[in-house]
Amino acid sequence: MTDVSVAGVGLHPFGRFDGVSTTDMGVVAVRAALREAGIGKGDFQAAFCGTAYGGVATGHKVLSRLGMTGMPILDVEAGCASGGAALMLAAAAIQAGQYDSVLVFGTEKMPRGIIRSSFFEPWQEEAGLASTPAFFGLRAQRLCQTSGITKDHLARVVVKNRRHGAANPDAMYQKETTVEAVLSSRVVCEPLHLFMLCSPNEGAAALVLRRADLVPSGTSVHLAAAVLRSHIPGSVLSESTPLAGLADDDAPAPTTLAATDAYEEAGLGPSDLHVVECQDTDAARELGSCEELGLCEPSGSAALLDSGATELGGRLPVNPSGGLLSKGEPLGASALGQVVELVRQLRGECGPRQVHGAKVALSHTVGRGANAGVVILTR
Amino acid sequence: MHVRVREGLFVEGDPPALLGTRCAACGSVHFPRADACTYCAAEDPEPIALSGPGTLWAWTAVTAPPPGYQGAVPFGVGVVELPEGVRIIGRLTESDPAALSFGQAMELRIVPLHTDEDGNDVMTYAFAPA
Repeated sequence: MTDVSVAGVGLHPFGRFDGVSTTDMGVVAVRAALREAGIGKGDFQAAFCGTAYGGVATGHKVLSRLGMTGMPILDVEAGCASGGAALMLAAAAIQAGQYDSVLVFGTEKMPRGIIRSSFFEPWQEEAGLASTPAFFGLRAQRLCQTSGITKDHLARVVVKNRRHGAANPDAMYQKETTVEAVLSSRVVCEPLHLFMLCSPNEGAAALVLRRADLVPSGTSVHLAAAVLRSHIPGSVLSESTPLAGLADDDAPAPTTLAATDAYEEAGLGPSDLHVVECQDTDAARELGSCEELGLCEPSGSAALLDSGATELGGRLPVNPSGGLLSKGEPLGASALGQVVELVRQLRGECGPRQVHGAKVALSHTVGRGANAGVVILTR
Repeated sequence: MHVRVREGLFVEGDPPALLGTRCAACGSVHFPRADACTYCAAEDPEPIALSGPGTLWAWTAVTAPPPGYQGAVPFGVGVVELPEGVRIIGRLTESDPAALSFGQAMELRIVPLHTDEDGNDVMTYAFAPA
């Protein structure tokens, strides 16, 4: 298979930007990525755009504004993993020899408040069974039960990520918080308090992928794996969001399916990683992600957090960008935002939030569908 | 008058019951009723009525109205394990999480959600402490 490199990355900050459109943000991110890659019109043969709420031809609208159309442009919707799905398709096209350079981007303006998802049937909304925070709360309670996690652990995940986010100029929240402040924010769905949930918001991210031999070796980051998986049924609280599951469920989580494939594709394992950006849509989700990605033993995420390993300066920093708890979550852009962060980490460009000596990085998103995306990058 | 939030999910009666299917090939039980087994893809699973009481496996309370919901808050949401070896997500009649505990017995109720524009009570299924 042809090796794939990341030749350039770009970002529109994550936050709330009144008067700035989905297209405007996409233009900013795409321009920055193309400039870094040193390519322009005619230099890439396809574009993949991740978006969940962008509507018809989101990718076309961005590239039309830049005068760069004619090639295939595909919008990709895979919930929280939309950007990861776009990246998988783009990487596979280069690996297969179909293209030598591909643009991948994601752009999103999320509605305000609790996300309304067309995933749910109207009766589920009417019955009150379309509450995303409720599903997060149920998962959090089960994880607390099986992994010995307390509310104090959940609060400390938020404090850690917000401390990281304070050093990220592209994050929505750049202010540290405390365990006391997290635990005194209102309860949204037990055991989750408001500060333990990420904010749906707005932003864009872009990458240029190229055949490795086209990118100067001094600047390139190698895309070692880009995997997308859906779910195997069984778990009633799976991100596939069913109404029923099995009592003797032993199906691996979609995240575990994707991670297993990604480790195999990269020829690496969890012990080889230096830095991770993982799904932390709520504080318990980060701990569950650590377990499902194999960063610790099953049920070992509380001990992993207690050890300090996942803080900046620790053995394996998790979410040095501040995670979605600091950045917020624009669905189509969030997965690529993680990859942009990790490319910058591997290049040593992250200043006060730099993970020193990072050579192997993993990003992870999972959401409704189920869709789970895992990306591994090396330098 | 009562109307169901969706036909085919449950039957009223004493006791009321959820309507599911069981796969003839692998024995798995589904809710709501499935066209094909969600686990092994065998066609035409057998319609069954699910039994009770069940046991409480997970729970929380929703404190703000979710999208499209017109009823009162807070309300409980939880997962109950039924004798057929299936776990079901549903509303709980108890909205105080501190009043519930792991493994406690739960029975099915048919409860009103809100009144529709024609003055009908819209009914759904929920689990209540037995």
